[in-house]
Amino acid sequence: MSTVTDKIVPEPDEQAGRRGFLAAAITAGAAYAAALAYPVYRYLASPIEQSAAMSAVTEVALKDAQKLSPGSVLMFKFGTQPAMLIHHKDGQWVGLGAVCSHLGCTVQYQPGPNRIHCYCHGGEYDPQTGANIGGPPPRPLKKYVVKVTDEAVVVSRA
Amino acid sequence: MGTAVYNWIDERLGLTEALTFAKKKTVPLHAHSFWYYWGGLSLFFFIIQALTGILLLVYYRPGADAFESVRQITYQMHFGWLIRSAHSWSANLFIFSIFVHMFSVFFMKAYRKPREFGWFSGMGLLSLAMVFGFSGYLLPMDELAFFATKVGLQIPGSTPVVGPLLADMVRGGPEVNEFTVQRFFALHVVVLPALFLPLLGLHLWLVQRHGNAVPESEAAKPVAERKSIPFFPNFFAKDLAMWLIALNTLAVLASLFPWDLGKPADSLAAAPPGIHPEWYFMSAFQTLKWLGSWFPGALGEFLGIGVFNVGILLWLVIPFYDGSTRSGQRGRRAHYFGLIVVTAVAITTIAGYWSVR
Repeated sequence: MSTVTDKIVPEPDEQAGRRGFLAAAITAGAAYAAALAYPVYRYLASPIEQSAAMSAVTEVALKDAQKLSPGSVLMFKFGTQPAMLIHHKDGQWVGLGAVCSHLGCTVQYQPGPNRIHCYCHGGEYDPQTGANIGGPPPRPLKKYVVKVTDEAVVVSRA
Repeated sequence: MGTAVYNWIDERLGLTEALTFAKKKTVPLHAHSFWYYWGGLSLFFFIIQALTGILLLVYYRPGADAFESVRQITYQMHFGWLIRSAHSWSANLFIFSIFVHMFSVFFMKAYRKPREFGWFSGMGLLSLAMVFGFSGYLLPMDELAFFATKVGLQIPGSTPVVGPLLADMVRGGPEVNEFTVQRFFALHVVVLPALFLPLLGLHLWLVQRHGNAVPESEAAKPVAERKSIPFFPNFFAKDLAMWLIALNTLAVLASLFPWDLGKPADSLAAAPPGIHPEWYFMSAFQTLKWLGSWFPGALGEFLGIGVFNVGILLWLVIPFYDGSTRSGQRGRRAHYFGLIVVTAVAITTIAGYWSVR
């Protein structure tokens, strides 16, 4: 008469079969989960992809910006990020990114003292070149190429 | 190490108790066992609704922007059409499963002592599910949504005395507009879940407490002849298999028959031809139409609402007049009542679709 344990311990063949089944079940389950997770991931990531497409722009035409009076600034979006078009009193045009290189605040051009200042942590930049000249910023502002025409000011990536 | 962690958690949460309970719990096995899956299926579709609903919430904007945001979800966001389609299809399957579950409970007489509160809470959950459906239907604010809500609110609106005020309160004014969408949204995503979840908790707890009911034919057998299987893992595994079938069905429906988004709602445009409510309101819609044509004017409306309220009330309180466990005259009467209801719902639904075909 066979004992109870004889029945419970599976034959080597059967054991391999079970292991194979388990592996197949786990693989199928993982594939199933991935098939469900993929559309959900793409759905949630949609705006990231859209802004990636937006920030891929290389040129922004600012219509009628050539009428900007000297000693003033125009804030605009270059792709997804804020930027400044400064018309200096000496007639010079400068295009700079407005994102502080320190912690990403938006900087401000002040025509009175003729400086670029960041109120978050007191960063200072040169309004002609965008160079970091005071406070914590480690790098200059992003500099753009500016072309003035009769209808618009075209700002493009350097 | 594993044992130590288990013991640490067990001491605090009582895992062993739960496991012992799950092992002891059995599910009866007989010719009608198939119907035991439908409560679990309803739960499954509810979970799908919660998950896809949260995903839609990521981009949906109620109010004046509602249509535009659903348009973006459907046509701009990756797989947005699929998420929305799954939510709409699953809503229908959810209500369908609850109906199957309800009728199986009815004909198994599972509402009898001690399961009366299972029946009442289940009817409460079905009512909430239908309000979920009605409120969710408006949210895309397309043409069909607009008219379905407009017409749907005429019915409570024709209740004597309080009706007009009630309908105005639901709509947020005399017309269906962005205020209506905004409050339906609040209802759909905050108020209804807050009511549904505790009631669902009670319903599921009662199922654990009383176990599955068996049909009369099975109850008549001697205890030794009745068969059952352990809930865990046997029935649980079968339950999971059913859920997998449900998920596959949903995936096929949602991807091969994506839910439509109509034209934006226009309060000046005429109702499109063939407009009709969702299938689960079709029976009521057709009955009201018939009663309205047989008894024109206020009488028809009054009769229609009266017939419905009395019918639903009789259905709801069935445990009180069919509480006997002997299958005698009373038991049979309830059975006939159930058959009449099923037949009437089927006929009016088919007639409703026939009239708008």
